[in-house]
Amino acid sequence: MEVTYLEAIHQALEEEMHRDERVFLLGEDIGVYGGAFKVTQGLLETFGPRRVIDTPMCEIAIVGSAIGSAMMGMRPVAEIQFADFMACAFDQIVNVAGTSFYRWRAAVPIVIRAPSGGGVRAGPFHSQNPEAWFCHAPGLRVVVPATAYDAKGLLKSAIRDPNPVIFLENKYLYRRIKEDIPTDDYVVPFGQAAVRRKGSDLSLLAYGAMVHEALAAAEVLEQEGIDAEVLDLRTLVPLDEETVLASARKTGKVVITHEASRTAGFGAELAALIAERAFDYLDGPVLRVTAPDTPVPYSPPLEDFFRPDAAKIAEAARRLAAY
Amino acid sequence: MTLPNEDLLQIYEYMLLTRAVDDRIDLLFKQGKIEGVSFSSLGHEAIAVGAAWALGPDDVVAPLHRDLGAYLVRGITPRQVLAQFLGRRTALSRGRDGNTHGMGDLNLGILGYVSPLPDQLPLTLGAAMAFWVRQEPRVALAFFGDGSSSEGAAHETLNLASVLKAPAVFICENNQFAYSTPTKKQFAIENLADRAAGYGIPGVVVDGNDVLAVYDVVHKAVERARRGEGPTLIEAKTMRMRGHAAHDDAFYVPQELLAAWREKDPIRRFEAALRQQGLLSDELAEEIASRVAAAVDDATTFAEKSPFPEGREALEGVFCDV
Repeated sequence: MEVTYLEAIHQALEEEMHRDERVFLLGEDIGVYGGAFKVTQGLLETFGPRRVIDTPMCEIAIVGSAIGSAMMGMRPVAEIQFADFMACAFDQIVNVAGTSFYRWRAAVPIVIRAPSGGGVRAGPFHSQNPEAWFCHAPGLRVVVPATAYDAKGLLKSAIRDPNPVIFLENKYLYRRIKEDIPTDDYVVPFGQAAVRRKGSDLSLLAYGAMVHEALAAAEVLEQEGIDAEVLDLRTLVPLDEETVLASARKTGKVVITHEASRTAGFGAELAALIAERAFDYLDGPVLRVTAPDTPVPYSPPLEDFFRPDAAKIAEAARRLAAY
Repeated sequence: MTLPNEDLLQIYEYMLLTRAVDDRIDLLFKQGKIEGVSFSSLGHEAIAVGAAWALGPDDVVAPLHRDLGAYLVRGITPRQVLAQFLGRRTALSRGRDGNTHGMGDLNLGILGYVSPLPDQLPLTLGAAMAFWVRQEPRVALAFFGDGSSSEGAAHETLNLASVLKAPAVFICENNQFAYSTPTKKQFAIENLADRAAGYGIPGVVVDGNDVLAVYDVVHKAVERARRGEGPTLIEAKTMRMRGHAAHDDAFYVPQELLAAWREKDPIRRFEAALRQQGLLSDELAEEIASRVAAAVDDATTFAEKSPFPEGREALEGVFCDV
């Protein structure tokens, strides 16, 4: 059945709620309205107001109470309306969710779903890419699906995982990509990157919407005689280090791309990993194609300048190929 | 609500035990055996013990750093407490967290806390939300302080709890100071319980040094929550009798204020009432005191003989893998 990225997420929620009565949803405007992006549309009617909870505006209480309910055996899925607003609940995520199992063996099986990413002219507070904040905080899984198949399979894994999971949906992809996905139950395990395109000249490392930009760049590069490999990381914590290193060792040239700002972004971690463990195989500097260190600007020319795309990735790849 | 005599004597013993463990913690800190910081429950015995006594066995409690009595009532042992303060592997947090931080045990219905103390409020609401979703007749009780009352987590939690009519009870221990900040700099109202009106829930002020009064208001609030009528905000007024933590001599607290509150000592008051009712003889008081002293000595020996964790154990258990 052909579904969009958004419909795949909806299906994962609905199927997991049927499969496991411990799963419930809470968040702002998720019930009657069906969610700001309509991801949860219809679930209130199916599961009722005790399993699809419309909350007041209260990110601290949404995440904090999700954690408390998880300690009492529930499997909450909290929706934060935009990933930008996770900042409001940062203390709950980092200090409470991320540390409770380590400190006193209280597992926190929660999923925090949030639409992230730009390219939709949504301005500085509806476009952010906060993944690096959560990768840096111990105890959190960080999941960044790029395809409809993965969005469904990774969300199912997230709901079944006994740890807190930050599930960053890419809002640019919600209705722009579609694919046939199986109708039977499947999961995509954490920590397994996907090689989306095999290549031998250089490696493009990406996740989320940037996977599609990297693939488009690879098409262009192919016509120029540059054979690029494209990796989709799928989950940042846990990271599939071996697949990243194998690709870096094979091609010797790596371009890392992410939508988030540059400094201390996840690309820096990947570059460090490659420098530490694949240095002898490198034939050029590890390059990053990222957003600059600014807030996400609104006006189209500003945002287009800000956001990485296929042309910017291809340009970096050409420089590296010629190195 | 009249409690059986047996309960009254147990409450008395838990209050004494709380203070004796607290005194031992103070001593161990002064001996340099407790590293880092240490917090005291002195003066808070009536709130912690009285409130915890009002819960049923399947209810859940989220205590803070001055609620040692609640931990003990719910079944954490003095051995576990002192092992925790000494950072030993036998502690509930296996040395990962210190003093009463992270001293949770879900089997006993105790939620551990983090240093941003108002975080116990949404955590407690979450436990209550689980009971609400599953429609179980269980209640969750959170402690918070006069300082915590100013934080956003307190507002968001009270509001959401009220909207859902969640089976939760929130007890604010107003002990006059948040670190060095007196309540007059913390809020511009007389009674924090008055804020309950803004959430559409009952607000009750209680003498936090009267254990039976605390028990009574908490019990009523717990039973109200259990009936599905929603949360209650309780303000228990008391005094922090030591500094914020063991390093703090509390020079900013007027001596007269401490002297006045010393006269209202919750244990002496309750003991006097028990003697007046003929429930506590000299012999019985002696018997209880020696039982308490023996438990604290045993716990000290246990904790001091317990091994420290190995350094490399720090790497274990960041993620749950079951």
